[in-house]
Amino acid sequence: MKTISALLDSDWRDRYRRIASLNIRSSIYDLTNRCNLRCKGCFFFSSGEHHVTEEMDIKKWEGFIDREKARGVNLAILIGGEPTLCMDRLEAFYQRLPTYCATNGLIKVPRDKFPDMMVGISLWGGGEDEKVLRGKDTFAVSSKNYEGDPYTYYLYTVTPKQVGKIEPVIKRIVDVGLKVHLQLLSNDESVDGFSWRQGELADLRAEMDEMLDHYPQTIISSKYYHEVITTGMMLGRRFGWRECPSVTESLDNRQPPVRRLIHFYRWAADLQTVHRCCTSATRDCATCKDGAAHMSWVMVNKREHMNTTRDMQNWIEVYEMFAKLYRLIPW
Amino acid sequence: MPESKDKMGIVRHVAEIIIDELKLEDITPDTFNPEMDLVDELGIDSMDLATIALVLQDEYKIVIDEDDYPKLKTVRLICEYIEEKLAAKH
Repeated sequence: MKTISALLDSDWRDRYRRIASLNIRSSIYDLTNRCNLRCKGCFFFSSGEHHVTEEMDIKKWEGFIDREKARGVNLAILIGGEPTLCMDRLEAFYQRLPTYCATNGLIKVPRDKFPDMMVGISLWGGGEDEKVLRGKDTFAVSSKNYEGDPYTYYLYTVTPKQVGKIEPVIKRIVDVGLKVHLQLLSNDESVDGFSWRQGELADLRAEMDEMLDHYPQTIISSKYYHEVITTGMMLGRRFGWRECPSVTESLDNRQPPVRRLIHFYRWAADLQTVHRCCTSATRDCATCKDGAAHMSWVMVNKREHMNTTRDMQNWIEVYEMFAKLYRLIPW
Repeated sequence: MPESKDKMGIVRHVAEIIIDELKLEDITPDTFNPEMDLVDELGIDSMDLATIALVLQDEYKIVIDEDDYPKLKTVRLICEYIEEKLAAKH
């Protein structure tokens, strides 16, 4: 039987203990069906997940959030639509729970009301790709809104067209004093020219590793995460429906049970409908490249990483990356 | 309900459950250190704890509140927790 002390030296044990005590129970909430952008490749609108009647009564939102807190949720991840279109709902969450807001950054979250709320700004590449996929270069606006903000980072979705071109994007982010996390476009919406081709993911992995070496103070990531997200493999196992940890608990009838996020739900904006998982139910799990699902996949398989020192260190680095993204530990 | 409800009997049975549920190798209930920190040393997580708690609830006919999981850090502490729950039933 392998033990932590047999696998790790004292420095790594300290790092392990720092994260092992975190007991995260996250869930995801569609705060609204509305958005101020229409991006090609956005799973929310292409999958029809916005076809629910949005709850408009703030009192009902407040009661719902209180019930979620009583259910044990201790990290609310707000997506949409665009959450900043509904500041009253955002505030209702923030006043009750540790809250993370995923936004396109076009509207600034007022820091007098939300002084330490974590904000993740979506970014889909350099200026040209942004114009093709999102109709405008959102960075030009979001970087002005959030320049130097200590509780904000970019969530950079790398597309096949970005391979070999990541560094200029990273430099733009460095220049505005923000941090960045990297993830991959799944493109189940089949946007022309944005599907992954043979060999591109291996090239991208090498590039992401190189960027992490060059910009360790800016990029919140780990090389093991790069490996898992680009290969879809972890310890010889392939990501897919039988492995995904981010399935809404009430819809999870997989047998035998899968290692999963405890009490995880993804709620629609009617506060009644639940979605299958953290991305859309129309997505093919076998090709899903969702970054959060892949990092959670690593995190829920801790003891499977207790085979070798390197495996366990990889696990710790991925968990630290997750904890930093939500400022559960310092950057 | 397990036959032995004395402290040593509960310690041994809890160790058996952990070994069975987590499929631990190279360890027996007799060699399981009841003071070993289950999280910091054995690397168990909240899902493992939930699995173990379900078996303990069935075996001892007690209710283990999820909020109490952080208290269940060692086999000895689990044993004391079970003893308290059993005593409260009588």
